[in-house]
Amino acid sequence: MYSTSDLKKGLKIEIDGDPYIIVDFQFSKPGKGQALYKCKLKNMINGVMFDHTYRSVDTFKKAGLEERKMQFLYAQDKEFCFMDVENYEQTFLSEEQVGEAAHFLIDNLDVDILFFGERAIGITLPNFVDMTVTRADPWAKGDSVAGDTKPITVETGYVLRVPPFVNEGEKITIDTRTGEYVTRVKE
Amino acid sequence: MSPGSRNSALGYIRRVANRKSALQLRARMIQAIRRYFIKQGYLEVETPALIPAPAPELNIDAVEAGEGYLQTSPEICMKRLLSAGYDQIFQICRCFRQAERGHQHLPELTLLEWYHAQMEYRGLMDECESMIRYVARVLGFHDTLEYGGKTIDLSEPWQRLSVSEAFEIYAPLGLRESMDKGCFDALMVEAIEPHLGSPAPTFLYDYPASLGALARLKPGDKRFAERFELYIGGVELANAFSELRDAGEQRQRFEEEIERRKALGKGVYPMPELFLEALEYMPDAAGIALGIDRLAMIFGDKASVDDVVAFTPEEL
Repeated sequence: MYSTSDLKKGLKIEIDGDPYIIVDFQFSKPGKGQALYKCKLKNMINGVMFDHTYRSVDTFKKAGLEERKMQFLYAQDKEFCFMDVENYEQTFLSEEQVGEAAHFLIDNLDVDILFFGERAIGITLPNFVDMTVTRADPWAKGDSVAGDTKPITVETGYVLRVPPFVNEGEKITIDTRTGEYVTRVKE
Repeated sequence: MSPGSRNSALGYIRRVANRKSALQLRARMIQAIRRYFIKQGYLEVETPALIPAPAPELNIDAVEAGEGYLQTSPEICMKRLLSAGYDQIFQICRCFRQAERGHQHLPELTLLEWYHAQMEYRGLMDECESMIRYVARVLGFHDTLEYGGKTIDLSEPWQRLSVSEAFEIYAPLGLRESMDKGCFDALMVEAIEPHLGSPAPTFLYDYPASLGALARLKPGDKRFAERFELYIGGVELANAFSELRDAGEQRQRFEEEIERRKALGKGVYPMPELFLEALEYMPDAAGIALGIDRLAMIFGDKASVDDVVAFTPEEL
């Protein structure tokens, strides 16, 4: 159980059977009066936000969240399939739950899947993923200026801008937090 | 040292360095406050921060320290000085309150507290006004200051608004109904406080009797305690009373506070017996506690107490 003194931005609690994360938090206390804890909470399953002001007598159930190491297997019919690397159990996440992470999901990628009880609700990617360039226009030597970039496509269909020297068929490292090019991978 | 911890050390140094002008203003403010009280004939006192029995108040939680507690305010010891014939005293000291942390709260705060024998709360309003005007002048503000985009005019008579009037004007419920429904504090914070203290500072006065455990009740109307709070730019700066002198009544109110604390599962301190004994000898007096950190926020036009202290608890 948490008490109001544990409340802060980022704390995850369970309300009415759903996990919530505190996205904004403000403490106030009128002179000689009781402490008020104004929170903005986000439902970690459906993203719905709400505001509530708690008092110091309120207590909170810790959200039963657990991250499991899993491997991405395949995507089919807007569902993404992952396998637990320890017990080979398979789990599915929807397109909405995967969100932007879909850009970087290559076969056999090791990821952390967030579980609320037995239910998979989210995904955390490794910070850096190496991906193969599947389409890149050739670099016309001589007609580029330092700092130039060109758009390329990687194996998942994700398009990003890279320096002109990157060629089709090469591997590059992408920062999954920003979606940006980091470096060329030397084989 | 890892690159990460090095970056965070530099981050802290930069943040503390950025506060320099606010800390310089704070220092000049405290020096001006001292000068004001000395000129007015007050004696500066120091009383112990570590005490065996803090005043039991429902919503103020003391930090345990060794065999006793750290003071939540110097009130008890300063009133014992009043009883001993010290009739005009002030103190600037550190106070400690458990789990109070927000943009206007620090668990270790600096309070200015002063007491004046043979005065009642209205007299303290006048004195408060003259002290803050004096400090503002010393700091070069003259008649106005800017706080959070609002202009505060210190020269005109400051607003005096009763708690009942404030509920009538700003809150969806009247004072009595708010008390009955247990939403006095929530309405105060949400509906009333944002309107107080601009364009002129506001004295909010006459609180319901149950909200002033150490205050004298209004002689003509026992439903109210002679208590006021000062607001500038929506920030609550000070709390004051005409002090309760009746030891029997004070003991009874402490017992009620202790019961209410117990009911909420909160810690209970020993009864401050020596204070209750001394109360028999205390002259009529008024006293006030003013938050130095918050006053520094106002003069420095800062949105958070974090900007006016050398280190926040999180930076230690």
